[in-house]
This record gives sequence, structure tokens and C-alpha cells, in this order.
Amino acid sequence: MSSDVRFTDFKSDKQPTWCPGCGDFGTMNGMMKALANTGNDPDNTFVVAGIGCSGKIGTYMHSYALHGVHGRALPVGIGVKSANPDLEVMVSGGDGDGYSIGAGHFVHAVRRNMDMTYVVMDNRIYGLTKGQASPTSREDFETATTPDGPKQAPVNPLALALAADGSFIAQSFSSDAQRHTEIVQQAVEHDGFGFVNVYSPCVTFNDVDTYDYFRDTIVDLDEEDHDPTDRDAAEAKIMDDDTEYQGVIYQDEESVPYNERHGLDENMADIPDGAPEDATDLVREFY
Amino acid sequence: MPDDLNWAIGGEAGDGINSTGKIFAQALSRAGRHVFTSKDFASRIRGGYTAYKVRSSTERVESVVDRLDILIALTQRTVEENMDELHEGSVIIYDGERTMMEDFEAPEGMIGLPVPLKRLAEEAGGALMQNIVALGAACEVANFPIENLDEALEKRFGDKGESIVENNRQAARFGEEHVVEELDHDEFDYDIETTDNDYVLLNGDEAIGMGAIAAGCRFYSGYPITPATDVMEYLKGRLERYGGHVMQAEDELAAINMALGAARAGARSMTATSGPGIDLMAETFGLVATSETPLVICDVMRSGPSTGMPTKQEQGDLDMLLYGGHGEIPRFVVAPTTVSECFHKTIEAFNLAEKYQTPVYLVGDLALAVSEQTFEPEEFDMDSVEIDRGKLVDENEIDSWLDDSDRFQPHFPAADGISPRTLPGTSGGAHMTTGLEHDELGRRTEEQEVRIEQVDKRNQKVETAKDEEDWDYREFGDSDADTLVLSWGSNEGAMREAIGFLDEADIDIRFLSVPYMFPRPDLTEEIEAADEVIVVECNATGQFADVVEGDTLTRVKRINKYNGVRFKADELAERITEKLDAAQEVPT
Repeated sequence: MSSDVRFTDFKSDKQPTWCPGCGDFGTMNGMMKALANTGNDPDNTFVVAGIGCSGKIGTYMHSYALHGVHGRALPVGIGVKSANPDLEVMVSGGDGDGYSIGAGHFVHAVRRNMDMTYVVMDNRIYGLTKGQASPTSREDFETATTPDGPKQAPVNPLALALAADGSFIAQSFSSDAQRHTEIVQQAVEHDGFGFVNVYSPCVTFNDVDTYDYFRDTIVDLDEEDHDPTDRDAAEAKIMDDDTEYQGVIYQDEESVPYNERHGLDENMADIPDGAPEDATDLVREFY
Repeated sequence: MPDDLNWAIGGEAGDGINSTGKIFAQALSRAGRHVFTSKDFASRIRGGYTAYKVRSSTERVESVVDRLDILIALTQRTVEENMDELHEGSVIIYDGERTMMEDFEAPEGMIGLPVPLKRLAEEAGGALMQNIVALGAACEVANFPIENLDEALEKRFGDKGESIVENNRQAARFGEEHVVEELDHDEFDYDIETTDNDYVLLNGDEAIGMGAIAAGCRFYSGYPITPATDVMEYLKGRLERYGGHVMQAEDELAAINMALGAARAGARSMTATSGPGIDLMAETFGLVATSETPLVICDVMRSGPSTGMPTKQEQGDLDMLLYGGHGEIPRFVVAPTTVSECFHKTIEAFNLAEKYQTPVYLVGDLALAVSEQTFEPEEFDMDSVEIDRGKLVDENEIDSWLDDSDRFQPHFPAADGISPRTLPGTSGGAHMTTGLEHDELGRRTEEQEVRIEQVDKRNQKVETAKDEEDWDYREFGDSDADTLVLSWGSNEGAMREAIGFLDEADIDIRFLSVPYMFPRPDLTEEIEAADEVIVVECNATGQFADVVEGDTLTRVKRINKYNGVRFKADELAERITEKLDAAQEVPT
């Protein structure tokens, strides 16, 4: 790790193919800045992404990275961190990737509390498949596949995370570059699973959850004297359907991550040239 | 009575059938006898017929046969289930004082041996020990010194304290004494020999787990499924001793993705499952291959399709393992044929995976997985384990694999198809990998030339491996025989013994047991040299036979079994004889 890493060192030479104005630009910039600010560099960082617009992030960043299959980014990140705890692991996905096909993994990743960061680019729509309802789409949000709206409650990812005993639950807005970066940075620094749901507007297909909408409505928890270590207060914010919040909603400062609980502190890449020294003990057990 | 002793205990699931069988098998093994065990169980926790069979001899035993000499029957159904295998002189040990068995009468020609199992167990300290009383009785019937049980009882109950072990020893002796005192011992003339040999006793799942640790596997993720769970249970607690970790995933999709992540980070990684789990893993299997990640995926086959018969034997997944997944996926499919081969082929699977940066299917089947067998400990030679990590590039060598703008090229199209590999944390090696088609840097592309280059590169790895590795078979019987029999997986044991039965009938067989399904040995020459070719496998359609026909452009005969039960040696000999007789019939 070198101290003179700049966030641009995390940029690849590939130009993003996201639509001009896409919220994902800001989300990614904040991730890169957070990584650089916390003293990481591309060679000790592993970024995992799933499928969709968010999934392209590994291509636009420069680090060790894997772009996987739809909805399965979190288990990959868990495997990476288990095998080499020295790596900074950041997983990124979208609302479809994370809360629909990957919802099961999300809940289990939260309760597993591996020391890693999960950033979800939530634009409340499926962008890359050209505009269908996502799990976080509003109940009356009209799309080609839901002409009268989904007519079902949107997933509340923060509530899912709290119910699964999440140790760090936060929300940010990609266009508020400074706050977004700070919040992701806190997630990276957190000992455990740092989860950040990022409002990352889709300028092409979502004309409801727009930049203007979030700018006008978002409430910063820092201005509300919110105590993120107070679980009840966090629950009240999370269950408040009428307000969009940004900030760290809940943080368990006593959090002991899975890797620490299980004593995962060795780089598993290091193995002997032959069988382990005392491997004959394994045979002896069968006498 | 022959030296070969066939013993079984049967009752309802939950009766402690497995642990009792295992104790007897271990006692025989410690007494220097060879052992082969098989289990018959249903997919339920309590109730339902279940049995544990032990075949034992001073010679090596490779399979089960259709014969039962001593049967401990805890229920009447146990006798009914095994009627075909019981013979004149078979001894049936049962509890004549228990309601389930009180009206029982031994079938004609067989010897019913009532032992008050429950009452004697209570006298020894608890009714739970009734099976141990039966074991003591069985020892006396077989003329097998009861002291041999003591060590196995210590192994089984040692954790629960010395008094529990002592009670069990007492229970066994009560059983023994009852047979000596109350019954006419002259009726039985079993007299099994013991030797000074030291054997180890283990099953295929355990051998896979042990092979994985020996090979440097450090990360295992899996989701419980019969009959692969024993691999995970074996590794849990043991892998950790070597700095590794076993993670029980939330599902098979998570399991393979976790293993992929760990492998990407540099750990030798494995996941194990059965057919339904392989289905779920199929999408990620393609990602493993495209991202060129070394990974061992173990499929312990059971009866399908769908949930099929989860606790029954079948070799029905071959087509899926060879062809499963969308698109064209380079892979290796390695299928060990014996318990000790499970150990060796697992080590080989890890080396193949890293050397060629390719997913490897390691294929077992239920019969191989759950059957314990004795071996000379030397067959699990840890000193012979070799680790080949392939083209792993460190910081010092990285310069030669950078492009003009100093970016590492993880998918460099080397002539042998194998690119350099850096592990995360290696300075200057940062790169991405993806399931999307990509260029040499791992960047997404749809350029036609690059697509062709990368597809060819990945497929070339298999071609390189075909040249560099030994894709051999194991040969038994008479190499000049006109009849050639081929099989894969667990059938090898039964086939080897069948050769002996056939020999007695003057039928010579050349038998090849094939442990590599892809790439596999070219059998054209062997098939052309034979008059008759028969492929033996536990499935209905003959998936391996199809493959052999395709490879060699020769029609083969098929012996298939798909009732959920493995082949037995005497049964195989009979079916081969029938096939040959049929072949000789001239149409009129």
C-alpha cells in the first residue's frame, strides 16, 4: 500500500458506456475516492460486480476484479475475503442484482458480517434490459412489463439489512459527491459488512426517481442529530416510508466480523509444495 | 464355511444401525481382516428400513455379493428385505422377547438365534446398548475374539467417558456369554481368521476430503446434500487445522460462487454437491471456465432426475458433466473408480485445475461415497503428493507479461492456451476477469477476431492437456481375451470380482476401468482387438456406452442397472454370461 495513491489510479482506460448523466458515474467516483482515502491501492483491492449497468464497474475501475453472473457477486466477495483477508473487498451491484435475483445472498451476507463493503446502485428500475420494474420500483411505477405499476410493495433493503442484524447500514445519493464518498469511506472503515444503498438515478428510463426528486426530498441524518448506534432510532428512520434519508443509519460499533470470529487471518494462497507435514495423521485417523 | 464373512444389521432408521455396523467393520479391520461395507438407507430421519452390511475376508474385498451369513434383525422386515441373500445355515440374531420379533420363526434351513438383546442391554446399563449385545453375540457365532471389539468401542464412545465404554464392553460380553451358555454352538461352524495386518477403513467421500487437504485445498464451500455431505463433514474441523475454512453456504449458487472467489484470491478451492446442485451451479460453471479460474467441483451422483431417489445409487449425470452449461465450456471430468483412487484423483484434480486454469469435475457416485473399504495405509502415501500450481507469476516475473501500457495480461493468448496468472495482492498485476467475452486484458469485447482468439485459447488448454497428461485406464483380467468389458466409477470393484467368477466358468474377460471421462483414453485399438465389447454402468440409457460408440465408431453391448442398487459381483458375472450367450445365438 502506498500513501500517494490518488483516486484516479483506480480508473481504467476504458470509457464507461453508461448513459450521459447516469448516477452510476458519481457512485463509482465515490467508491474510488473512498478506497484511495482509506489507504488502498489497486493491487490490494478486489472489486466484485454482478450483471447490469452496475456490473460494468469492474471494467471502468482498475483493480483486481471479477465480473460475475447475475445476483451472485456477494458470495464471490465472501470467498475472496475468506481466502485472503489482506485484500480490501468491495462488492457492487444494482437493485435488481442485489434485491431480486440476489436477495437471498444479500440477507445471508448481511448476517454473515464478513469484513467487506457492499455498494448498491439503486435506480429503482432495470436499465440495461431497457426499463422494466425492479424490486425497489414504486407500487404504481408504470413500465412495459408493469403497465399499471407492479402493484406490490417495493423491497426496503435497509429494513432487510436491519432484520438480518446488519452491522453497518447506510444510504447515500450519488450526486452528493462529498457525502456519498464520506459514507462509503465509513463503510470501508467499518469492521464488518458495510452496506450502502446509493440512490443512483437512471436518466433514461426512470422519470420519477430523478435527480431533482432526490435533491428536493433527501434529508441528511447528520442534520437530524441521528445517533447511528441507536438501533431503535435506526429502525424508525428505516421504516419511515415518507422520507428519503442519507447518512449512516445504523452502525454496531461492537461488530466482530465473520473472518475474525473464525480466525481467518492467513492468506490461503500459501500452501506447501507437497502434502502438509503432519498429513499422515489424517490417514492414522482411519485405523 | 468360507473365510469370506457376510454380516449385516438391519432395522429402522434411528436404531443406531450405522454406528453399530461401523463398530463391527472397524473391529474386523483392526483384527487385520479386509472389509467392504455397504449401506441401504431411506431418505428419512427415523423409521423406514435401513441396513449396514459388512463383507470381510483375509483377502481384499472390492464389492458386495448376494450372500448373507449372519444377520442381526431388529425388525421382521429386515429378514424379508434380505431373504434373497440368506442361505441354508445363515444365522439370524434377533430379540425373541421383543414384540417386533417375538413371533419370528427362522425360515427353513436357517438358524434363528434368539438373544434377549434389550434385557441384557439393560443389565449392562441401558437399553440403548441392545445393538452392542447383538454384536457380542455375532462375535461368538463367527468365532471372532470379542476383544477385537474393545478398541472400536473405545473409538466410538471414548468421548462420552470411560464408564460408557465399559458398559458397552459389558453389553457385548453379555451377548457373547448368552450364545456360549444358552445355545448349541456346534450348530455354527464359522471360524474367521485374524491377521497382524494394519488396515485403514474409509469411504469415498472421506478419501476425497483427505485428498483435498493433502493437495493443499484451503477453502471449501458447500450446501448439504446426500450423498456429498460427508465430504463437508470430513473437512469441517480438519481443514481449519491447516489454515483453511469450510463455509456452509446458503445454497449451491452461493457455494460455487464463494469457491470461485476464494480460488480467484489464490486458495485451492473446492465445492461438492450431487446432481441437483450441479444443475444450480451450471451458470457459474461457465464463468469459472471463461474467467479461467482453477476450481474443483465434486459431483457425488445419486438417482435422478429431479430429486429422484436421493439415497440410491446411479451414474446418471455423465451427460450433464460432459456437456452441461450454455455455450461451449472447456473442462476436465475425472471419475475415480475406487475409494483409494478418490484420494489420488482428488489431488490430480487440483493440479489439473491450477495447471490449466480450468474447472474440473471430480465425479463420485453414491456407492463409492458411502461404502467403507479397507486399504493398506501406504495407498494414501502423503510423501508422493506433488503440487503443481501452474503458471503463477509473482512480482519479479510480472514485467514480461505486461502490455505496452504496463497492464497485466491475464488472458494472454499463449500457444499452449495457458496464460500467466497473478494473485490479488501482487504488485503491478491488477486486472479484471469476467464471464463476458474479453480481450487479453480482461476487457469486454465483441470484436470477431478477439472472440475467436480467446475461444481457441481456452479450448487449446484441453488440447495441450491431452498431450501432456496420461489419460489412461486401469486394466484387469486377461489382456488377450476376446471379450472386452468397460466400466466407470464404482463398478470397478464388482467387475474385478466378477472376473474371478467368470474365470471359474472358463470365460476370459479383459476389463478396463476408465477414470477419465474427459479427456478420456482413446479405446479404438482395444475395441478393435475384441470380438465382444460390453459397457457396464448404473444408468438406464448407457451414457458412457454412447460416448464410447461415438469415440470409436463401434457398436457396443450394454449392461445397465438403474433400480437404485449397485452392481454385485455375482450378478455382474451372470449378466455378462447372458450377454455372451445371446451374442452366440444365430438367428434362424
